[in-house]
Amino acid sequence: MESLNSPTIAELRKTSLNALHRRLGAKMVNFGGWDMPVEYPSGGLVAEHKAVRGAVGVFDVSHMGDIRIRSGRTAGGALAAVQHISMNDASRLAVGQAHYSALLYPEGTFVDDVIVHRLGQDDFLLVINAGTREKDIDWVRGNTKTFDCVVEDLSDAYTQLAIQGPRAIDVLQRLTDADLGGIKNYWFTHGTVSGLKNTLIARTGYTGEDGFEIYVPSDKITSEEVWTKVMDAGREFGVVPCGLGARNTLRLEAKMALYGHEISEKINVWEAGLDRYCKMEKGEFVGRGMLERAKAAGLARTLVGLEMIDRGIARDEYCCCNEAGQVIGVVTSGSPSPTLGKNIALAYVPPAMAALGTVIYVEIRSQKCKAQVVSTPFYKRAKKVAAPQSAAVV
Amino acid sequence: MAYPAKYRYTKQHEWVDVNADVATIGITDYAQHELGDVVFAELPKPGATITAGKSFGTVESVKAVSEIYAPASGEVIEANAELHDTPEKINSDPHGAAWLIKVRLANPAELKDLMDAAAYEAFIVEADKTKEASA
Repeated sequence: MESLNSPTIAELRKTSLNALHRRLGAKMVNFGGWDMPVEYPSGGLVAEHKAVRGAVGVFDVSHMGDIRIRSGRTAGGALAAVQHISMNDASRLAVGQAHYSALLYPEGTFVDDVIVHRLGQDDFLLVINAGTREKDIDWVRGNTKTFDCVVEDLSDAYTQLAIQGPRAIDVLQRLTDADLGGIKNYWFTHGTVSGLKNTLIARTGYTGEDGFEIYVPSDKITSEEVWTKVMDAGREFGVVPCGLGARNTLRLEAKMALYGHEISEKINVWEAGLDRYCKMEKGEFVGRGMLERAKAAGLARTLVGLEMIDRGIARDEYCCCNEAGQVIGVVTSGSPSPTLGKNIALAYVPPAMAALGTVIYVEIRSQKCKAQVVSTPFYKRAKKVAAPQSAAVV
Repeated sequence: MAYPAKYRYTKQHEWVDVNADVATIGITDYAQHELGDVVFAELPKPGATITAGKSFGTVESVKAVSEIYAPASGEVIEANAELHDTPEKINSDPHGAAWLIKVRLANPAELKDLMDAAAYEAFIVEADKTKEASA
């Protein structure tokens, strides 16, 4: 047996919880230069995935980066800068609200995708990906020079925990005075969490499930203490520690993009199908000009969901073919879906082959395996009947 | 999980159990643990020929694909049909019920370089140390 995707040996970065993951016996992998847990012996990937769908799981996502942008002397400086560097319309964010957005190259392709939080009228926090941290920070600094704003890299200041699943609210509520039920999806608040005052608590996540992300000081003692308190509080709800393996299958089922897979410096916003997070009407922003032209020119490829019909698992970078065997596209992410019990994938294919039900063949070890285009997301959580509708999620 | 003393082991974490000229081949407990939840095994059909050191099939977990290498050359006489519907047996009983294939050996002498159980157990301790050091 030999793994086809064994990590390269290099000097890996560690979160403040690294020693704790190792004490728990987690299987560790190199993820974008970070030594991260992929699964824990307490459950394993599938059990962790199911815990998040059915109860609650906790992820260390401290490898994610954080960029704060505040206005300088002029009110509005930070907003103007954020509007210039990101594709969603940050002017529509109320203080306490967050949204999904992306930083784009002038070509309309992706520097990274981000969650933008409006901490104050003139104060924004961008949460960015681990593997693109340095690139993103350089890019943000470079593209905000002409704006009256202060850019701070806070990536190493926080330990970020994602508490995800239908019982996440019950677990976290035990540790905080903040009224979590009052936080709408993609909104946040500040409250005391296990004695830590003014902790950022956001109702966000990367699992397609309800949940929260909290940001606490990154020193090892605090980080381990908070982790332990969350696990203790979660015991009666069946909480399990979750690794990047489950994080990937959860986000794939929910069709959430992963940088370097569904989005990259070579893929534009329209191809990725992220139109609803791209507000062309808000005015100028980096990438807008080329996106306008790309829209007029029409799509060369589009992202679709696939479900395997034949036995076989489509994996990242496998080729997609038509019946005649010609290569027509590529799989960006593929995996068995623990929730659906089917093998699913996301792939770029020509728009002519994107209609639901279209048969596409995935080349798996030189064999053509039949798949079909299905609607996405593959999994969508049931909406609570009584839950208030959030005003503007996007 | 114990590594049967009767088996021989490869550096790619396969085991071989030889009875006369028939070898039963599987993956080790260490291998299944590295893979995680196994969801799929692709095995050669009876009559196929396998070659020592060459891949003869794959075992897939939710997160990874692993090639399985032939510890010796020969003709496949049986593939474990139970793994078609219950590949997860590779996790629960890798040294027993979840054998992969049975092969009629072409050249039993090929097996003499494989490790015995004690040597293999020492080998995986080293493999884990290397992993630690690389992190």
